[in-house]
Amino acid sequence: MDPRAQALLACLPRLRRYARALVGDAAQADDLVQDTLERAWTRLHQWRGEGELRAWLFGIMHNVRVDQLRRAPAAVVPLEEAPAEPAQGGDPARWLEWQDLEAAVARLPDEQREVLLLVCVEELRYEEVAQALGVPVGTVMSRLARAREKLRAWRNGARDEPRAGTSLRVVK
Amino acid sequence: MNDAPVTDLELHAYVDDELDAAARARVERHLADHPHDAARVRDWAAQRAALRERFGRLPQEPLPAGWWPTMQAASPVRWWQQRWAAAWLAGVLGLAAGWGAREAWSARTPAALAALPRQAAVAHVVYAPDARRPVEVAQLEPLVAWLSKRMGVGVHAPDLTPDGFELIGGRLLPGRARPVAQFMYQDAGGRRLTLYLTTELPTGTEAGFRFAEEAGVQVMYWVDGAFGYALSSGSLDRAALARLAQTVHRQAAPS
Repeated sequence: MDPRAQALLACLPRLRRYARALVGDAAQADDLVQDTLERAWTRLHQWRGEGELRAWLFGIMHNVRVDQLRRAPAAVVPLEEAPAEPAQGGDPARWLEWQDLEAAVARLPDEQREVLLLVCVEELRYEEVAQALGVPVGTVMSRLARAREKLRAWRNGARDEPRAGTSLRVVK
Repeated sequence: MNDAPVTDLELHAYVDDELDAAARARVERHLADHPHDAARVRDWAAQRAALRERFGRLPQEPLPAGWWPTMQAASPVRWWQQRWAAAWLAGVLGLAAGWGAREAWSARTPAALAALPRQAAVAHVVYAPDARRPVEVAQLEPLVAWLSKRMGVGVHAPDLTPDGFELIGGRLLPGRARPVAQFMYQDAGGRRLTLYLTTELPTGTEAGFRFAEEAGVQVMYWVDGAFGYALSSGSLDRAALARLAQTVHRQAAPS
């Protein structure tokens, strides 16, 4: 049994998670995963097992997305998949925090959101992110730095307003 | 110690644990003396944790039917069970239909044949669950003509309606060297079946019916003339799959 095919299948949940955080909309994200898989599957023989398969797949997803965006200029897609309403006994303050965070992430330029999610959520090394996105490590770091500073500024701003969480959301 | 100034990028690298021990120590000394930078680092670390908390959960809801379980069912230790089941099944089929399984368990199994069930299973897992776009071309005649042209050999789409499966289309996939075809069938209950058709096996390869389970997908595969066939399903039992394989085989036989 080819371990590469097994590994590819094992990566699907994480690819899906990343795609969702990246594009915000679950259906669109699954389309992206589907297209990524198709492309990856046809190129599986090109993957030489150097480095993590997941990073290779993120790179393919990046390219698929770039192609898609080139065809149809990006609309800013709001993160529609808000976390479920605070459960009974859940912490409403934390739920609002999440709303703020999502809105802020959704407002980041694509290239910055990619890097931020790959580093902070997918926990890839800078080197892996650079390889996946086909940019130098220095570019990864500067995009990350800009993304973080923007999030910080937005969230600090939001904190000063009387519960500005919803007003920060991108409106369709 | 005479420290060079710490840059912002180093502070970020510190948050992401990208520094070696010496650089790390240098940043920590810097942070001890620069409360403003220390506050930023704390913010970024909190951000990182919040992002992980908000976006780090794996999606729980299932993908379109059939996709998820087939991937989780993958088990690397079943080879002897498969062997046994395959040998048993081939024996039964061989007796029943008179197809020689004599070559089937030869140790000289070509690598291309050994790879067939896996390729078919992966193609099945990737394409069968797609509820919206399971096929590239859904009209039978243009589909078959197109596949034949691209594969450079006449392709025939078996008719499985007597067994309750309707052809819903097909697609061309890249093989190792040449394109391969995949036909997709569906029954009234929405169960999907794919037939993977390759011309990539070395000429002269012979194989009676074999059974394999790859990534939770059941695959019946065999070689007939220039074609390698693999019939895959995530939801049918082996007996049903074997019946369908016989139908396909019968239709492919020169009349």
